[in-house]
Amino acid sequence: MAMHGMRGLSVFISDIRNCQNKEQERQRIDKELGNVRNRFKNEKGLSPYEKKKYVWKMLYIYMLGYDVDFGHMEAVSLISAPKYPEKQVGYIVTSCLLNENHDFLRLAINTVRNDIIGRNETFQCLALTMVGNIGGREFAESLAPDVQKLLLSSSCRPLVRKKAALCLLRLYRKNPDVVNVDGWADRMAQLLDERDLGVLTSSMSLLVALVSNNHEAYWSCLPKCVKTLERLARNQDIPQEYTYYGIPSPWLQVKTMRALQYFPTIEDPYTRRTLFEVLQRILMGTDVVKNVNKNNASHAVLFEALALVMHLDAEKEMMSQCVALLGKFIAVREPNIRYLGLENMTRMLMVTDAQEIIKRHQAQIITSLKDPDISIRRRALDLLYGMCDVTNAKDIVEELLQYLSSADFTMREELSLKAAILAEKFAPDLSWYVDVILQLIDKAGDFISDDIWFRVVQFVTNNDDLQPYAAAKVKEYLEKPAVHETMVKVSAYILGEYSHLLARRPGCSPKEIFGILHEKLPTVSTTTIPILLSAYAKILMHTQPPDQELQSQIWAIFNKYESCIDAEIQQRAVEYFALCQKGAALMDILAEMPKFPERKSSLIKRAEYSEADTAEQSAIKLRAQQQPSNALVVTDQPPANGATSPVPVGQLSLAMVPSMITTEDHTSTDPASSQQNGSLTKVDPQHPSADLLGDLLGPLAIEGPPGATVQSEHNAVSRLEGGPDAVDGSAIVPVEEQRNTVQPIGNIAERFHALCLKDSGVLYEDPYIQIGIKAEWRAHHGRLVLFLGNKNTAPLVSVQALMLPPAHLKMELSLVPDTIPPRAQVQCPLEVVNLRPSRDVAVLDFSYKFGTNMVNVKLRLPAVLNKFLQPIPVPAEEFFPQWRSLSGPPLKLQEVVRGVRPMPLPEMANLLNSFRLMICPGLDPNPNNLVASTTFYSESTHAMLCLIRIETDPADRTQLRMTLASGDPTLTFELKEFIKEQLISIPTAPPQSPAPAPAPAPPPAAQATPQIPPNDPAALLAGLLS
Amino acid sequence: MGIRFILMVNKQGQTRLAQYYEWLTLEERRALEGEIVRKCLARNEQQCSFVEHRNYKIVYRRYASLFFLVGVDNDENELAILEFIHLLVETMDRHFGNVCELDIMFHLEKAHFMLEEMVMNGSIVETSKANILSPIQLMDKAS
Repeated sequence: MAMHGMRGLSVFISDIRNCQNKEQERQRIDKELGNVRNRFKNEKGLSPYEKKKYVWKMLYIYMLGYDVDFGHMEAVSLISAPKYPEKQVGYIVTSCLLNENHDFLRLAINTVRNDIIGRNETFQCLALTMVGNIGGREFAESLAPDVQKLLLSSSCRPLVRKKAALCLLRLYRKNPDVVNVDGWADRMAQLLDERDLGVLTSSMSLLVALVSNNHEAYWSCLPKCVKTLERLARNQDIPQEYTYYGIPSPWLQVKTMRALQYFPTIEDPYTRRTLFEVLQRILMGTDVVKNVNKNNASHAVLFEALALVMHLDAEKEMMSQCVALLGKFIAVREPNIRYLGLENMTRMLMVTDAQEIIKRHQAQIITSLKDPDISIRRRALDLLYGMCDVTNAKDIVEELLQYLSSADFTMREELSLKAAILAEKFAPDLSWYVDVILQLIDKAGDFISDDIWFRVVQFVTNNDDLQPYAAAKVKEYLEKPAVHETMVKVSAYILGEYSHLLARRPGCSPKEIFGILHEKLPTVSTTTIPILLSAYAKILMHTQPPDQELQSQIWAIFNKYESCIDAEIQQRAVEYFALCQKGAALMDILAEMPKFPERKSSLIKRAEYSEADTAEQSAIKLRAQQQPSNALVVTDQPPANGATSPVPVGQLSLAMVPSMITTEDHTSTDPASSQQNGSLTKVDPQHPSADLLGDLLGPLAIEGPPGATVQSEHNAVSRLEGGPDAVDGSAIVPVEEQRNTVQPIGNIAERFHALCLKDSGVLYEDPYIQIGIKAEWRAHHGRLVLFLGNKNTAPLVSVQALMLPPAHLKMELSLVPDTIPPRAQVQCPLEVVNLRPSRDVAVLDFSYKFGTNMVNVKLRLPAVLNKFLQPIPVPAEEFFPQWRSLSGPPLKLQEVVRGVRPMPLPEMANLLNSFRLMICPGLDPNPNNLVASTTFYSESTHAMLCLIRIETDPADRTQLRMTLASGDPTLTFELKEFIKEQLISIPTAPPQSPAPAPAPAPPPAAQATPQIPPNDPAALLAGLLS
Repeated sequence: MGIRFILMVNKQGQTRLAQYYEWLTLEERRALEGEIVRKCLARNEQQCSFVEHRNYKIVYRRYASLFFLVGVDNDENELAILEFIHLLVETMDRHFGNVCELDIMFHLEKAHFMLEEMVMNGSIVETSKANILSPIQLMDKAS
């Protein structure tokens, strides 16, 4: 009995168990640590058995949460013990106590390797497990080939191979290059034919990690996964030991379906059909049974199947089956199923069209918001948040508000933030929005961050109609007996600015308003007093005719605070008092705050930020990123950022605050006075008040793109100073009229080039609109969806989108609505059919009106030649006959290209790959050459194979020779020109980017093909090849 | 990454086994264990078996006086983990026969050996009880 002998350990454990309190436990542990330390000191006298015993004690102590800062060496040294029991302890304790960067681990690398490559399979298992648990980069570098060999070896037993699979997974995470080996994908596919379920389970985990990073490389594994799933689901050839309550390994089923979720689609109709049959059986055949474990296991499989069905965008019928199931789940008694039902329904929101069906369950979901279990309440909150749109915002937000008063503390902050965001995003009218936020402040003031009330102020300032309403509303709240300080802040600000609009109403005279506000002053903290002082100054200014009594009252307050210890309060008091003496000048300085520029809500930014903090890549998140449907709020760059905004700072601030110039004129004081103005109008970001109001007032007024009201002024300034042109000329068809006054955000040409390589992203953005695009390409068909998102709180009108397709593309754009409602997004599908090969580019002529601004842009659409390519590997035995049979012009063209952007060969290979030209390594014996193949799809050519060979000159990277062959002369020519454009132009530099439609090939490429000098070895080789 | 840690904790909140599959310092472990044990132990039978905590989801199950807590990533299949806990318990049961807290306490090494056969690097390696237990049985025979 290996362990029964460790009496000392048992005694120690029962001692610990008998300790009456934490203090006794600590004393006992300190004693033991001292004992172990002493024994380790004179290590010579320790038998392996004793060492083993002490090392277990260390682990025990460590597990209890006590620091063990010695004895690591002894644990590691046990790894090299010759006998299994000691070795085992060494490995296990080492992997518990040490982390991958520990120096001692490095010492053990050799022993570990010897165990891995040795003949003793139990040693192999121990070593693989430890490396799998804590192996670092160094292990990856020195052990990966050995581990791979074990995994693939046919002579190794499954018990070793299953560990090798997960060990390799660890090494791959430490260094992805360990599987960047030729043919690894094929071997991975072979592994999935494994009969042993242990090996298969581990290999499936390895596959999940691999496909989550690069599904392209592992296409061949897809049918294998489906086969595995079928085998399990039909319970074919599954050993009894691997069925769990009658269910064939639920864990492997789940893993397999997880792997399948990383492949974007399933092309092969047979595989797809098989998979759907299996999924259908799971969906229909899972019944609720008495046995809890069986029930859980079968539902684990069912929920994974649901996730897979959603991922595959299955037929409508199956989808509604899923929603029906989920609808059932969220209403059952079993809390686990209820929780998972809500969680999966939230995921389902990402599926197109599902939202409407989910809305039918709104009442049930709201009930779950009041569930006694916080886990379930959170899921319900998330789901409500996700399913909210213009149609149900009022109901949902009101539910949230109602729930807020009874919600537990831990949820209030999240709840109020979510309610605030929804109110802002989907407000049917702005007065409702103001109501909601004021209620939030009233009910949960402690959880309302500054950004929330800043945002209300911004909306009120920008909407004249809203101002009297908001002023009246905050006055009502202030009259309540207990008022939260945040409410005082927002009320003071709004009443200061707009209470004069109420002056004629009963109880709203300046004096009365002042009275209501001033009553609160003794109750507030020093951060609020400055806002009150500003409000007083403004109220005083608006008092017409002047009220002497009020004036002396307010002046007295300023006077009192002139000696306040808080610098901010003191400064304001002094300044306001001085300004009040200046009479008319006061009017200018205290004039109403200008409108805020439209910008992204900092709330929404914050929400995104908090969502982005889990780093692990998951299938769901990947999907979410691919979905531009929420492009409106998820922009990839901050729109109102000074760095990206083409508006120079100085111009704008001049245009925005004309009053500053005037005051300087007639006060004729030193610069300090304009500083004061700054603090009064609160546009000076350096001012201490900016900390408090910074987000709302300071940087925003200066950095942001200009608001509608100052548009014309600003434009005049930028013209005068010869500022950069409003629109990126090169990105636009030459006929573009430069009359736009709206600046695009980001570089249009760069966005276009990026979209040529990927299938979703932002095509165009300016302060008012964002146009996202998502495309799917299948053979010669393309389906694009344009996402037109209005970023504003006002509608965009006269929206027009006109397609200008080149002759080779048939394009059908669905109807674009004339108006895009505030903060809404519309989707416009666009069908594309490629008729024949051509490099011409389609253009979208897009225009809309915002306020008085007519914006018109012409945007190139990324329906470019390479989208109709499908990479295809061609083996040598097929390549050469093809290459020879296409013998010379016009089917095979050759050209020497000069002026190539110099780049190393791997980079060029990557570039070609990114255009869906598949590099075939090894076909050309010359390492300086690249050979690639691809299939081109169009209606006239159908699927046509294209072969490409590029010979580079290592001595001169700026030139190369390119040979292209295909069965269609136009295709050969167009593809050659296309590749040439990619190689010579710098795609991100607008001036060089190829002009679309009317212009022919760019000049540097159009040189005549010179003869190849006969002494060029590459040319000789080419002769041999052709 | 799947499973991040497995904890066995008794009703009094004393840790009986802790196995982490990602490195946390001792302080981080102490804090984490304190927080989640407090959260999970306060829950009742009518509540679900999942608790969200920081970036983890805790899937837990109670057997008599002992709680099994498994920390997983946010997108792990919760029910599969819940049943994996039960598989672990059944496996220990097969070995110890009517396993109880004391078995795990006094045979910590065996509990570790079993876990080691079942989970590696945060992923499930083996789910056949016979395969999980065979190394331990071999060792018991040898000594």
